[in-house]
Amino acid sequence: MSDFIADALHLSPGGAPAWLNDLRRKGWSSWAGSRMPTRKTEAWKYTRLKTLEQGAYLAEAQPPAAGTLARGALRRQLHIADLDARLLVFVNGFYDAGLSDAGADADMEVLRFSEADAEQVAVIRAHLGTVADREHYLFTALNDIWLHDGLFVRVKKNVNAGRPLHVVWLTLAQNEAFSLAQRLLVVMEAGSEATLVEHFASDGAVQNSFTNGVTELVLEANASLCHYRLHLEEEHALHIGGMHATLGRDARLNSFHLGLGSTLKRLDVVVRHDGEGAHCDLNGVYLPRHQQHIDYHTCIEHAQPHGSSSEAFRGIISDSARAVFNGRIHIHPQAQKTLAELSNKNLLTSDKAEVDTKPELEIYADDVKCAHGATVAQLDSNALYYLRSRGIAGRDATMMLSFGFINELIDKLQHAAVGDYLRPLLSALFAEQRTQVEHQFERQTAQTGSGQEG
Amino acid sequence: MLSVKNLHASVEGQEILRGLNLEIAAGEVHAIMGINGSGKSTLGHVLSGREGYEVSAGEVRFMGQDLLALAPEERALAGLFLAFQYPVEIPGVSNMEFLKTAVDGMRRHRGLDALDSVSFMKRARAASKAVNLDQNFLKRGVNEGFSGGEKKRNELMQMMLLEPHLGILDETDSGLDIDALQVVAAGINAMRDGKRSFILITHYQRLLDYIEPDHVHVLVGGRIVRSGDKLLALELEEKGYGWLDGEVA
Repeated sequence: MSDFIADALHLSPGGAPAWLNDLRRKGWSSWAGSRMPTRKTEAWKYTRLKTLEQGAYLAEAQPPAAGTLARGALRRQLHIADLDARLLVFVNGFYDAGLSDAGADADMEVLRFSEADAEQVAVIRAHLGTVADREHYLFTALNDIWLHDGLFVRVKKNVNAGRPLHVVWLTLAQNEAFSLAQRLLVVMEAGSEATLVEHFASDGAVQNSFTNGVTELVLEANASLCHYRLHLEEEHALHIGGMHATLGRDARLNSFHLGLGSTLKRLDVVVRHDGEGAHCDLNGVYLPRHQQHIDYHTCIEHAQPHGSSSEAFRGIISDSARAVFNGRIHIHPQAQKTLAELSNKNLLTSDKAEVDTKPELEIYADDVKCAHGATVAQLDSNALYYLRSRGIAGRDATMMLSFGFINELIDKLQHAAVGDYLRPLLSALFAEQRTQVEHQFERQTAQTGSGQEG
Repeated sequence: MLSVKNLHASVEGQEILRGLNLEIAAGEVHAIMGINGSGKSTLGHVLSGREGYEVSAGEVRFMGQDLLALAPEERALAGLFLAFQYPVEIPGVSNMEFLKTAVDGMRRHRGLDALDSVSFMKRARAASKAVNLDQNFLKRGVNEGFSGGEKKRNELMQMMLLEPHLGILDETDSGLDIDALQVVAAGINAMRDGKRSFILITHYQRLLDYIEPDHVHVLVGGRIVRSGDKLLALELEEKGYGWLDGEVA
């Protein structure tokens, strides 16, 4: 097996602005002084990195050769109808003008680090690497050293950026397995509002990429951001990354995550309430199947009083797939009057599917309300009977209920257009699982013994 | 249409139905009355095929078929509809999708083409209007956040769209105010076409003021102990159920 820590240091894409050297140096010292996590590393207990280490994803990402992109088909695949968003597409890390919408929005600055002027560089440097903690999240350090450019988004004070931004990180297979680091820094100034869709995609071909995507969100006082992070990559695309947010006083973050599984997918979602009275809604859905593995580690740091957080993640795990969910809520001593709730529900559709779910509460303040629950659920036998009593065959009813189990969260999205975009993609996955659903239905009916007298 | 002979059924090892007999001809409306625990709802669920209801003896024939041999969905396709006493909330599954799937399946079973979305919408809107249910309910999750009365009207709407041969209404009247009761009754009366039959399971005579039954049966201890015409319901209203207790064997 290769030494991924050492090998990764040799991959160092050029062309980065000189001012990023500082960040890269910090990343370098963190990474070079680390060891790859093993099963004894608590945060990585259930997620093996073998795939990454054996796959030697050490080629550099390249822009696609001229004339090879099927832009028409890709645009149709990526476009979210009725969202009326500005679409920005990066292919293997490189901005693609042909797939992106031209023109800028006056109320939202969107630029690559390499395009930043002196004032913007100062803002980027002030925040970059301060939200995502490279000591706790090792792969953030890797992102630092591999970073050669990033995307900077800023909404100025009290500006409501009406038009959503839709950023697509598209990976396409290269001759050799390759790695790429993507970085997004969003600064929402005081009182600003915006909507951001992060969308990881690939074409239908078998992928050989390892993406390390780190997003840092800075919400200043009273800022409000509606954020989506959609992982819709093909199942051989590896991804280790995450979203790290910090919320100022009375800031509001609504963040939705969708993860289709892959050979290895690990996502850390971290929200720090750094100002009083901040609120976040954090929801997510994951759907690993085949031999896939997906691991969501979420962490909400309530560091100030009067904050609230509401978190719900649901997963359906099929075939021999495995899911890991770890939901940490950390309420600091000064964070009195915090309201925090966390729910994680999982549905296993095969005997070989597995989920490891763990709520992790650390509460150091005494005047708080904190509710949590993690379950591995069965479909509701009453609901199943109800649907069947209307003539819907058992396997169809099971499929409807399984889809409903996750659609419940998709129904609540703030932008119906995003739900309308996702539903057909998810329905198609469900349709492929017909035989499994039949199995699940048989299992369910075998297990439900008794009814109730009405 | 429906013939129940010597039906014995138990739930969790406890026998609830103890030799029930019932004959329903096409076009008839039968009211089944009785106190809580007399087996009224059990009868509905046994006929509809709910799991966990064990039939230990007896026979049920429906439209010439052995009903008890059929899965719940096959019973529905054969034309049996149970309006639930406690309709189930299913968040995440839209009412519209649910109704369209059910109606498409029923039409396919009856050899009819599936309705296109526009024609289906038209019917669904008309049905929701007939039961005085806001059309926005069609977009919401099945029964999600519906009030008790709204759930009951949703049951009725489903029955209208599925056009069963036999409708079993399990305490559809309970929890309804007088206006809602009239809406529900009008909906059921509009479906009486001389061929379609109904079983009205109810505690109270009140519903029967609006839907006139051909036969009234009193269920005590899992058996029908008294049958009569609508006058029996009035007698029950006056005397209560106590005077029939002695008839339990």
